[in-house]
Amino acid sequence: MTVLADRRAAHRAWVAAALKYLTLGGASAVVLLPPLVLTMASLKTHDEFATSGPFEPPHDWLNLHNYAVAFTDGHMLRGFLNTSIIMAVSLAGTVLIGSMAAYAIDRFTFRIRSLVVALFLLATLVPSVTTQVATFKVVDTLGLYDTRWSAIALFLGTDIISIYIFQQFLRGIPRELDEAAAMEGAGPFTIYWKVILPLLKPAIATVVIIKGIAMYNEFYIPFLYMPSQELGVISTSLFRFKGPFGAQWEVISAGVILVIVPTLIVFLLLQRFIYNGFTAGAGK
Amino acid sequence: MAVRTNPVRAGQHGSPAIGPGRPRRRPRNLSRTVTPYLFLVVPLAFLVVFTYIPVVNMFWYSVTDWDGLSPTKEFVGFDNYVEIATRPELFGVLKVSLYYIGASVVQIVLALYFATALSFNTRFRNLFKGVIFFPYLINGVAIGMIFLFFFQPGGTLDSALHAVRLDGLSQQWLGDPGIVNYSLAGTSIWRYLGLNFVLFLGAIQSIPGHIYEAAELDGANRWDQFRHIILPGIRPVVGLSFILAISGSLSVFEIPFIMTGGANASETFVIQTVNMAFKYYKFGLASAMAVVLLAIILLVTWVQRKVVPDEKVDLS
Repeated sequence: MTVLADRRAAHRAWVAAALKYLTLGGASAVVLLPPLVLTMASLKTHDEFATSGPFEPPHDWLNLHNYAVAFTDGHMLRGFLNTSIIMAVSLAGTVLIGSMAAYAIDRFTFRIRSLVVALFLLATLVPSVTTQVATFKVVDTLGLYDTRWSAIALFLGTDIISIYIFQQFLRGIPRELDEAAAMEGAGPFTIYWKVILPLLKPAIATVVIIKGIAMYNEFYIPFLYMPSQELGVISTSLFRFKGPFGAQWEVISAGVILVIVPTLIVFLLLQRFIYNGFTAGAGK
Repeated sequence: MAVRTNPVRAGQHGSPAIGPGRPRRRPRNLSRTVTPYLFLVVPLAFLVVFTYIPVVNMFWYSVTDWDGLSPTKEFVGFDNYVEIATRPELFGVLKVSLYYIGASVVQIVLALYFATALSFNTRFRNLFKGVIFFPYLINGVAIGMIFLFFFQPGGTLDSALHAVRLDGLSQQWLGDPGIVNYSLAGTSIWRYLGLNFVLFLGAIQSIPGHIYEAAELDGANRWDQFRHIILPGIRPVVGLSFILAISGSLSVFEIPFIMTGGANASETFVIQTVNMAFKYYKFGLASAMAVVLLAIILLVTWVQRKVVPDEKVDLS
């Protein structure tokens, strides 16, 4: 009796496990197949692409001609350069602005503190995509339109998640540390710069990772505010492939893979931080 | 925790009185009142200039007939709102959001399934986790291109159907107005499933393991465990995901804009708003449409906060 029940339970467990691996395998195939097809396409010559099916592997796995075309004619190099400049300035700014705001809110009591907190919280409810029409005029009035500063300013101005992450982390840093420094004669700016900022390193890593990925992937802001070809970032440069390379899927594929590879490398190296970062950032 | 406003902080914490510090109390108090404002000047300036001024301006533009270029604008009252309400082609595009809302439900259910599956012992767990999550990190334009090729005639999908002898199912995936929104919403699932999945997995793993063991001793099977332990344990995250999914579905932009440009009945409310402002130079009408969208999103958020109270305390 118990043997039979055991066997039946074992059978059921086996079926459950089989179903689980089957669905996981299926999901992996659905995720991996579309980009894999493009990877293969990116390694084919123009004629080869025209005559072969999507699932046929390329003749020469090391044919990087399309990548060269994407880099030079497709201006991906310029795109990477512009993206890097914008990211470097915006990330430094986000860390400074976010940590300063969090420091002021968490470590000081002042008259309009709850008003300030409410202003930041209320802003999280306004999806920035809805206000773009009016934001456009502000950016234009400030003379930032069609400069890299437009993207930088908007990345800095619409970022509340990082303040939240810094503030959560600051709460865990004992006030005794600031107070000890204050007793040794350090002013608030020295405390912020020498005590708080170094202690915030893990939070800074989180902010840099999730904001960095968001900035790297941003399409709408550079598309709307930086129409000049010379200011193309990777998103807009790749988007412009649709015109001149409309019939050359092998070149477009190379561009797509070029954009994904850096993300993949960062993901593989920093997996754990990335998962933690997104779990922490979701509370926005 | 709110420490009451009290300049004499030295006496509050546990450390013994600081003799030499006393005489310097006055200047330090002054600096303590001014300092927070110094730290907040830049963050608040950015917040006001790039969030609050646009919101206020948007309301103002929405009651004018401004074209976005000319120096003057005429006050027209609620004409723009009346136009939105009476021209069905303006408001009607919101129906496209229903496809994306449907997709978000599928997405959240799938994410729940995979998160639950991976929370139990699984071989290659990290590999599966990485594969399911990674699309979320990929650049939106790259995803748009990948799926343009995926859906194009003779592309990845058609070839896959051909390989399993289901050629008959082939469609004009992006060309047929009756199908295009399913294709685009499917792309959206592919892109965003990973985030829900990782959030759910994180929440499930913070449920203490001994609760499962106790349940197993009581004879609970996996489904019971899911219903009575996992689901209640991660309810706040699921609630949050629904809020984000619905407001995201109402303001879909990137995927349809990159893939079809809004052609073949795939135009969304945001694409239409952007076109209205920057293609047809109807800034007043576009602003009114943005106000309507903002109002709908705030309403949805408010209703959902009421239905699924968020136990988290923010920022204060």
